[in-house]
Amino acid sequence: MSRPLSLLVLLVLLFTASAQADDEPRKILIADPFIELHTGPGRGYPVFHVVERGREVYIIKRRTDWFQIRTDRGVEGWAPREQMIATLEPTGEPLDLEEPARENYMSRRWQGGVMAGDFGGASLVSAFGGYAFSDNLSIELTVNHILGEFSNGYSATLGLMHVFVPEWRISPYFTLGTGVIYTKPKSTLVQVEDRDDQIGYVGGGLQFYLTRRFMLRSEYRNNVIFTSRDDNEEVDEWKYLGFAFFF
Amino acid sequence: MEVSRIRVLFLIALCASTLPGCALFGRGGDAPPEAVAPAATASDALGEPAADSPIIDPRVERREIRRTRIDTEDFELGAYVGILSIEDFESNAVYGARLAYHLTEDFFLEGTVGHTQAGRTSYENLSGSADLLDDDDRDYTYYVLSMGWNALPGEIFIGKNRAYNSAFYLIAGIGSTRFAGDDRFTVSGGFGYRVLPTDWLAVHFDVRDHVFDIDLLGKKKIVNNLEAHLGLSIFF
Repeated sequence: MSRPLSLLVLLVLLFTASAQADDEPRKILIADPFIELHTGPGRGYPVFHVVERGREVYIIKRRTDWFQIRTDRGVEGWAPREQMIATLEPTGEPLDLEEPARENYMSRRWQGGVMAGDFGGASLVSAFGGYAFSDNLSIELTVNHILGEFSNGYSATLGLMHVFVPEWRISPYFTLGTGVIYTKPKSTLVQVEDRDDQIGYVGGGLQFYLTRRFMLRSEYRNNVIFTSRDDNEEVDEWKYLGFAFFF
Repeated sequence: MEVSRIRVLFLIALCASTLPGCALFGRGGDAPPEAVAPAATASDALGEPAADSPIIDPRVERREIRRTRIDTEDFELGAYVGILSIEDFESNAVYGARLAYHLTEDFFLEGTVGHTQAGRTSYENLSGSADLLDDDDRDYTYYVLSMGWNALPGEIFIGKNRAYNSAFYLIAGIGSTRFAGDDRFTVSGGFGYRVLPTDWLAVHFDVRDHVFDIDLLGKKKIVNNLEAHLGLSIFF
């Protein structure tokens, strides 16, 4: 066997070995009087099996708030999160589900979402992602798709965001940043010239903690487009509603 | 003879008492002093393992617990094939990809990208004159970011022994459509039906309406482009 080939085989073996190690399901101990197993990951699916206290079961996977469980007799079914909270590790500790819920809303670090609104009269589709350095301050990257009657464009901005009272359910925030905007007049117009400009913005908004790991956001930005002409252009940007989640 | 035996015994006893003493020196601990044993036991004391190790060792090794992460399968990636009817421009096969993230058992976010090719308008066919669009402009590509609600989750039964999880969902979103050389803000909505033959595979049937403004034929108007597609996706 040639050397690269044997190396490749070794690598594949290594990877399959590690994959198998990862695949080993997690064992837990039932601490509730019993837990009910549903046929599917949803409250509407019928209960078809019950596992009583003291039995050890394996968690195979998780989908949203439902856990697929295999009993020592090989029965597989889905149990809800509320029942899983009461289960124990084999060591006797409560099972840690690493849940981004209200109680660790404050320790959120990464955030992403989608917003829709209006950019100087044009429709706006916006996606953003952010990382929080501290409870108040985070850095945020936003990508906008601007769809107007006379022109289309994209913009990408990087900015700082300061949340005034992060522990409140509804909190105002302030944002400031800069980026680039690319504008392309519609092909039906006569004077057709694509433009690349720098953009700066200042704005504010409200974020509303919805539930579990979800937030709603609403934002206003005052943009200044540093055009190559004599005048800078000011554009109001309203993001009426956005949906965000953190993890 | 007598003298040398006593001397040997004395030397052994000396060794037995001083050697552990040296060890004590090094540790500086307060182990019980060694008895100056008579010759018969003194040799045993030399060969014995350190007598100062306690019967119960309180230093318990901390167990290394490596917990396997729970495999979360909230993402869904798939592809679909269907028919998209472009208003004024015939119906054609549409191909697309889908990425969904299931937030809860009821709600999910979905991003779709689809592509098709517009046909010819009736006007172009009848008049036989110049085409309204060149071939490049007949490319029709859209993306939609939507939110879906599993309105009717349930099971379907095939035969006597098979039950598959399913859901009927409503979905709506916003996005953009690139057609005739321009991007247009698009509102999209519809419904779909999802059946899971296994826990990780889903079969979708979807109907969508893509609505946007277009001024291609002179006057601005709202167009409704209906799409029906069949798709496969996997959970990961």
